Amino acid sequence: MSIFEYNGSALVAMVGKNCFAIASDRRLGVQLQTIATDFQRIFKIHDKLFLGLSGLGSDTQTLYQRLVFRHKLYQLREERDMKPETFASLVSAMLYEKRFGPYFCQPVIAGLGEDDKPFICTMDSIGAKELAKDFVVAGTASESLYGACESMFKPDMDHEELFETISQALISSVDRDCLSGWGGHVYVVTPTEVTERILKGRMD
Amino acid sequence: MSTEAMDVPKGFSFDLCRRNEMLTKKGLKSPGYLKTGTTIVGLIFENGVILGADTRATEGPIVADKNCEKIHYMAPNIYCCGAGTAADTEAVTDNISSQLKLHRYHTGRESRVVTALTLLKSHLFRYQGHVSAALVLGGVDVTGPHLHTIYPHGSTDTLPYATMGSGSLAAMAIFESEYREGLTRDEGVNLVTKAICSGIFNDLGSGSNVDVCVITKGKKEYLRNHLTPNPRTYISSKGYTFSKKTEVLLTKITPLKELVNVVQVGGDAMEE
Repeated sequence: MSIFEYNGSALVAMVGKNCFAIASDRRLGVQLQTIATDFQRIFKIHDKLFLGLSGLGSDTQTLYQRLVFRHKLYQLREERDMKPETFASLVSAMLYEKRFGPYFCQPVIAGLGEDDKPFICTMDSIGAKELAKDFVVAGTASESLYGACESMFKPDMDHEELFETISQALISSVDRDCLSGWGGHVYVVTPTEVTERILKGRMD
Repeated sequence: MSTEAMDVPKGFSFDLCRRNEMLTKKGLKSPGYLKTGTTIVGLIFENGVILGADTRATEGPIVADKNCEKIHYMAPNIYCCGAGTAADTEAVTDNISSQLKLHRYHTGRESRVVTALTLLKSHLFRYQGHVSAALVLGGVDVTGPHLHTIYPHGSTDTLPYATMGSGSLAAMAIFESEYREGLTRDEGVNLVTKAICSGIFNDLGSGSNVDVCVITKGKKEYLRNHLTPNPRTYISSKGYTFSKKTEVLLTKITPLKELVNVVQVGGDAMEE
């Protein structure tokens, strides 16, 4: 078994018209035994920048703490928030530093950049950036998420349609993955507001 | 010149190696990385160099990115195609590219291809093949057009036409049968495109589109998605609609504060 499959996770981010959505499952397990059903994998870096970390739960939290630390130092020095592109480079550099002993994390970064242009990106565990215009996925359910997103996604959705699409993609993919599930956590971010929703899913 | 400017930033951290080794011993497999299965090629033509690449990135048997960029910028007159572990090719080319820029600031001269070649091969040799980047380096400098291949262990070749990556055999088959000296620009671009297409269609690790970069004296053309032989045809025009809404347990809406624009009204600015 791969270390990525130890805790189980599903992460997805999608781009809409002047908005983006990022969603994850809520399960934390130890192999097939479920430990928690309210696990956080998506973190807020600032109002318009969110970070999802799939993979090993302990590395997720360590990496999150280090990234928040670096972002706060940046805020103090520059007196502004990081652009999503900049943050992605920071994450990539921090992961590549551990090239020969990596964190077992696959991050998903989603944010609104300059002029509220949506930005999404994912990486492997050693920081190879994958920039996408439409959607990105990560975690143990990534294979089924690729399929679901590939057919459900359409360009320029508004925030309500985007929420419905990302939720359906997440829920249907997670139902085909034993290691992730137990509902979902969805953030939809527009230039004026952040909507956080908790989804009901299968509990088996 | 001082040695400092050319020093490689002190790199990797091995903090987690012990722990990861322990986990591996317990029977947990280490993860696979994002690879560029890849066909990358290059050739020298009449008055310059042409580089070409496909645009597929894979993670095991999964296509992770259908349109990634594999022709990396090194210097205004030098570009580099990368195959192998995606993070390594990206990091290595970025690192050497910034060293070249510092070197240009220091000397005030255009970078030479051999400089890039030496920096790349010494970096790769230092890591004994563990930094798995296979590169095709091409550029035009004061001494003319140059094309090199660099292997992950740090060995290099200097060639009139070169291929790398999992599709290298398919692409080389085209080059071996059709390359000649003194190709024109258009003939060169067509041959590179044909070689990449051979990789795209005959090698499963390569796919999607063709990127081309033409470098001549004092000029470069980066033709991103020069050819798209695999467009998506099966998309539904209506898209999906969902009859039953997702079951939501909790909704929390946080309005974002607008940034206040501070405008100075009248009066002089405070004295320094």
